[in-house]
Amino acid sequence: MAIDYARVGLRAGLEIHQQLDTGTKLFCKCPTVLRDKKDARYSFIRYLRASKSELGEVDAAARAEARYSRTFIYKAYDTTCLVENDEEPPGELNPEAIDIALEIALMLNMNIVDEIHTMRKIVIDGSNTCGFQRTALIATDGWLTTEEGRVRVDSLCLEEDAAQKIEERADGSVVYSLDRLGIPLVEIGTAPDIRTADQARNVAEQLGMILRSTGKVKRGLGTIRQDINISIDGGARVEIKGVQNLRLIGTIVDNEITRQLKLMELMHELNNRGGRVEHRIVDLSDIFRDTASRVIRRAGGLVYGACLRGFAGILGTELQPGRRFGSELADFAARYGTGLMHTDELPAYGITSAEIARMRSVFGASESDCIVIVAADTRSRAENALNEVLNRAEEAMRGIPKETRRALPNGSSAYMRPLPGAARMYPETDVPPVEIDPLRLKDLSSRLPETFEHRIGRYKRQFGLNDELATKIGRSSNYELFEAIVRAYKVAPTLVARTLTDTMVELTREGVELENLTGQQIHDIFRLLAANEFGKEAIPEILRYIANKPDQTVERAIEELGLRTSMADVERFIEDTVASKRDFIFEKGERAVGPLMGIVMREFRGKVDGKKLNSMLKTKVLELLEANKGD
Amino acid sequence: MEPGTRVRIKKNNVTYEGILMPSATDNIVLKLDNGYNVGLRPENAVVEQIESYNSEIKEQPVIEEVMTGREGLPQLTILSTGGTIASRVDYRTGAVSPQFSTHDILAAIPELGEIANISGRVIYSILSENMRASYWQKLAREIYNEINNGAYGVIVTHGTDTMGYTASALSFMIRTPVPVVLVGSQRSSDRPSSDAAMNAICAARVACSDLAEVVVVMHGTTSDDFCYIHRGTKVRKMHTSARNAFQSVNSAPIGKVDYTASDVTKLSVEFMSEHAHRGDNKLELHAELEERCALVKFYPGATADIIDYLVERGNRGIVLEGTGLGHVSADWIPTLERVIRDGIPVVMTSQCLYGTVCDRVYDTGRDLIRAGVIEGMDMLPETALVKLMWVLAQTSDMDEVKRLMQTNVAGEITARRANL
Ligand SMILES: [Zn+2]
Repeated sequence: MAIDYARVGLRAGLEIHQQLDTGTKLFCKCPTVLRDKKDARYSFIRYLRASKSELGEVDAAARAEARYSRTFIYKAYDTTCLVENDEEPPGELNPEAIDIALEIALMLNMNIVDEIHTMRKIVIDGSNTCGFQRTALIATDGWLTTEEGRVRVDSLCLEEDAAQKIEERADGSVVYSLDRLGIPLVEIGTAPDIRTADQARNVAEQLGMILRSTGKVKRGLGTIRQDINISIDGGARVEIKGVQNLRLIGTIVDNEITRQLKLMELMHELNNRGGRVEHRIVDLSDIFRDTASRVIRRAGGLVYGACLRGFAGILGTELQPGRRFGSELADFAARYGTGLMHTDELPAYGITSAEIARMRSVFGASESDCIVIVAADTRSRAENALNEVLNRAEEAMRGIPKETRRALPNGSSAYMRPLPGAARMYPETDVPPVEIDPLRLKDLSSRLPETFEHRIGRYKRQFGLNDELATKIGRSSNYELFEAIVRAYKVAPTLVARTLTDTMVELTREGVELENLTGQQIHDIFRLLAANEFGKEAIPEILRYIANKPDQTVERAIEELGLRTSMADVERFIEDTVASKRDFIFEKGERAVGPLMGIVMREFRGKVDGKKLNSMLKTKVLELLEANKGD
Repeated sequence: MEPGTRVRIKKNNVTYEGILMPSATDNIVLKLDNGYNVGLRPENAVVEQIESYNSEIKEQPVIEEVMTGREGLPQLTILSTGGTIASRVDYRTGAVSPQFSTHDILAAIPELGEIANISGRVIYSILSENMRASYWQKLAREIYNEINNGAYGVIVTHGTDTMGYTASALSFMIRTPVPVVLVGSQRSSDRPSSDAAMNAICAARVACSDLAEVVVVMHGTTSDDFCYIHRGTKVRKMHTSARNAFQSVNSAPIGKVDYTASDVTKLSVEFMSEHAHRGDNKLELHAELEERCALVKFYPGATADIIDYLVERGNRGIVLEGTGLGHVSADWIPTLERVIRDGIPVVMTSQCLYGTVCDRVYDTGRDLIRAGVIEGMDMLPETALVKLMWVLAQTSDMDEVKRLMQTNVAGEITARRANL
């Protein structure tokens, strides 16, 4: 079902975190390399302390008394130093990183502050050894254009990347690796100006391209992280973190809209029904004393439950692909390490109808009610989990909660935590402010990579592309490849541009995994095309072949696909064709070339360029007619 | 406009809104509503006041319940000298304020209230590099009074730069029947990772222990796993910034405190070497110091002029930090001989820090002894300096000075040095 974005009132914004490819880290002279965790030289343990207000809702509730955090174990390397260990004051802001950030800000038409102030942003999940992340606002008030219109870029910050979580242990301690801590990254946030799912993907792609065009950002898995915030009319602002795949952005937007619309429907339905959450948690362990359910026995044998009056069918309602309302509630139970089961999905998990009936009678529940149960090893774990579930169920009757969610690989998302409040920041007094010399900006401006607009104009002039094609390739991430190919081989620029845009889009739509292709392979295709090794009609076929077998060469693909044709064979075929159609040629004269071309093309489509075939055929036909005239 | 004023600044078609911050330069520093500070050059900036500074909207500290006066817990005193073990951050303005009152310290480190009943006082509020002998004396008297008034133990919070000197001075000035524990933090107390709280909690635990000495309690390693208890005369700051900067030199630490964040009532103290026990000593105060003493570090090519200068300026005693086993250039010997003859004691220590001074091995050393230089044994140079101040306040008799300097008074001289 297509979504009418204007009607639902979609407002979305993107936040992109991109690691910079600097020689050293943001505040120390360590290299910006990720390490094999096996190479850790030593480790140390720390706690972080924070006032109650800093522990965050979950932690504050779960550890009413605690002032200390969980135990954090940090793995250190010969490529990390005392700064990462929080044992030495940070150095000055890395000027190389500042330059890259300024360059990106200029490309995004942003206004740059005159003096950069490094701040400490409190983060006490252990991902920063100091308990805060160092971050500096570099620029504000920029914009970029998409086919759908202008999108404002609100802010660009230069900050240090966090340590990487590598393990959460059963005792609650968390292991972090220090290699990533301190790698410079830029955080770019757009205004909520995005109005369609396609536009969201376009903005993300364009930002990615602008970042890459500096040539100074890291490439590869984990070097760019995308978050998207989405809201619709009557819904709530939801932030979806950790979008790995650009192509998923559109799907994520659509799925979130669907989720919020469904939740609104459920809310109306529940209110109509007079739904009610009973905050009475009952010990149901007796019912399951001799249960056949391995899920329950493995969880520890204790079963607690509660009744959601009028909720029958609600938990089983699908909100997103693979996610029902019950899954949303289960996310909350999972925070206490327990699973959630409910009568919308039972009997299942080895729980029998008899057991369900006994539960129903304990609660005096009718068919219109839903019972939720949690199996656990301790009473407090079960109660904590159920309380979270009941609170979330109750919220479903009031509206859609603002929250931070985690992107799932299929484009759905799962609950992560409440939306964070305002960042708690104070100045990093160990790092002096950096004043930006206007000359430095001028110098950077003069060396900026080409803008899209300039490039599109140049392609029209230089390569004779029409407006549509110049725009497509000019905005495409393949523009560098395009220029390199056109300069290297005698091939039509239009053909190269068309291949790198439309053809690739079509193939991707078919499901062909073009990411598997290397730039070299694409180069080879056009090199061999220029050498008349095959006909341009075969390009899609070759791309398809290599995408499936990425370690094969283009030569091999031509061979395997039977595209290689010796010109002698072609010539012989044309001669034979002409000879066998002599009467037809004498009758039609030069006009016989057209119909005969059909025969020749059937044989050599994709193997020999059509134009070339045509001229060969014409030559032979004319030769015949000429010879005949002499008779 | 004063800092704290809410303003709107228009510059180059951009509008910034936020609170004016103090600025170290001519630039305007603004804390934006998103929490970030930015600096703006005043040129072309149009500043418009939105709200004047209102001290009432200053973030009200959350009044947290503080445990005091719990029965059965020992009574400890925290004396503050300027080293901060607790801070509060106002995230609205970004201001960091150190906390000194008992209430504020307990609010920041409530675990202390589970270990003891705490009362606190600020003695002075200075950076530890601005410390001087007369401050040590005042501090010694305050500690003496606290113990006299029944404190079960005393904790002194101190900046780490000169904490070793103060610990050493207090060791000579006070004979204590209870623990006197100096504590500080290497990583600022406004960061969630600060070592301040753990050090303070371990210090409180030591202050309740059976120990009766002046000690320093600080992180044992870079981890938050245990603190060492260092003898006041043997401890030295050996790193500019790391948590485990404090180390016992020429002796093992007295003991360690294993730290468990989840239950501070279960902290265990393990003693690793001999120490005075609670009640072994009768409380005594010997707070007199001869401040006019100097510590001189010898280096290759250094001339003895510095000695003449120091004596001319009225110094009554000199500690040398010599090379190796305790040497200075042979050129210095006539000068040293002369000042010693004039009644200025000269004590030799080693810039090696580790090991003992022994001037009987080489010719220069033997000449130094002949000139009357007092071997400082295995005393830290800083400890020797403080001790010389203390000794000279009691006697100016050169033989008596030598005897006292070479007699172990407060654990500053170790008879046997183990292979560390
Ligand atoms: Zn480093």
